[in-house]
Amino acid sequence: MDFLRPASWEEALAAKAEHPTAVPIAGGTDVMVEINFDHRRPEYLLDLTRIGDLYEWETGGDSVRLGASVPYTRIMENLRGELPGLALASHTVASPQIRNRGGVGGNLGTASPAGDAHPALLAAGAEVEAESVRGTRLIPIDTFYTGVKRNALAPDELIRAVHIKKADGPQQYSKVGTRNAMVIAVCAFGLALHPQTRTVRTGIGSAAPTPVRAKAAEEFLNAALDEGGFWDNGKIITPSVAKQFADLCAAACNPIDDVRGTASYRRHAVGVMARRTLTWTWESYRGTAAHSEGVA
Amino acid sequence: MRVNFTVNGRPQEADDVWEGESLLYVLRERLGLPGSKNACEQGECGSCTVRLDGVPVCSCLVAAGQAEGREVVTVEGLAEYAKQRTEHGGCATDACGTSLDAAKRWQPKGSTDSQTGEGVELAPIQQAFIDAGAVQCGFCTPGLLVAADEMLEQNPNPTDADIREALSGNLCRCTGYEKIMDAVRLAAARQGEAV
Repeated sequence: MDFLRPASWEEALAAKAEHPTAVPIAGGTDVMVEINFDHRRPEYLLDLTRIGDLYEWETGGDSVRLGASVPYTRIMENLRGELPGLALASHTVASPQIRNRGGVGGNLGTASPAGDAHPALLAAGAEVEAESVRGTRLIPIDTFYTGVKRNALAPDELIRAVHIKKADGPQQYSKVGTRNAMVIAVCAFGLALHPQTRTVRTGIGSAAPTPVRAKAAEEFLNAALDEGGFWDNGKIITPSVAKQFADLCAAACNPIDDVRGTASYRRHAVGVMARRTLTWTWESYRGTAAHSEGVA
Repeated sequence: MRVNFTVNGRPQEADDVWEGESLLYVLRERLGLPGSKNACEQGECGSCTVRLDGVPVCSCLVAAGQAEGREVVTVEGLAEYAKQRTEHGGCATDACGTSLDAAKRWQPKGSTDSQTGEGVELAPIQQAFIDAGAVQCGFCTPGLLVAADEMLEQNPNPTDADIREALSGNLCRCTGYEKIMDAVRLAAARQGEAV
């Protein structure tokens, strides 16, 4: 095994181009487990921890450009306003020790359906900034996950950053597990209201071969909210609408039975989380709407 | 490969390190610092918790090469770290280091034991664990001490929820959590009195 230690992003790209089988390592919270258990013996480890850029973020435009290695702890502490869904998801990652090391780039690189960040990224809307010596491209999050632990990266590409849309409305995240820490999700759900476009976006984790959006549920809810004038009148979501939305979210799952839970439990739990997160976000939206009306 | 880094204020050099080796392995097997414990090797248990540039991490998930040039504090150095922090208001690790040459000539004084820490004054969190009876088999203790000490550094007046969250990545299979909670509360109270 060789340990490659690029001092700059350019050096890292050159190393990855020269050795496409090199396994990038930053926080090490996935890669080191595989090496410790001898499940993986890569020819090259490409250490990205010397590259300071990967630990920085920019909040200037409509999106947050989040460096691939920004630890979850930093996201929780610094980006709760811009990225409330991802901040909530970050807080459910493992333990303080793991959150101090792991970041979204690793979650995307591993592309496990159980990665905690994915539902929040799908719900908020995001693009993955992938780069190689050939150039840079932005991969829409919807097309990034291509299979179980597979993603759209080319062998010579590295993840530099993730561009995540800043929240324009309430966002929520929910995760099912046996305790409040150190849990790989049995299943997870992210929901974001986007009042500017009057749309709702979802993300489902650990209930299909890849993280997925519940698109039929989103379309149903977008139409129902529009027809009922909900975005303007700020009324309580009709229970039948919430139930239909929950059922459609459950139907978007394609889960398996495994040691963490059964497929039918996962479907059920996703429905429950969909209804709850819709209620939480909508109540928050109504509160904000009522408040701004009062001020105006 | 060779890895140079600082452990408990002393420059260290580890040779013939395998590229896939963890920082934990280097500490325990190459540097003779067995305080950090090896249990799950997957970041679940926290018994290998050390501070890497001040940040608590699972040393089993840090590749040895990633520690190059960094500062590590293990449970063996916790008492000295806590002492420096009290004296300087936060350990300026550059200032409290020892040269490589001095480290090589270093001999334990009197009855102190550099491996077990016996005869050395304890960190307040260590004393609190003893006084509260928070040590049963002792295997999880080093990781808990490092994690708890860092929390008290950041948050001198933790609520029970703060303590539980800070220690949520450290498993105690004797299930002595209540005594551990008592110990951290005790250390926090003593820290408050001392100010």
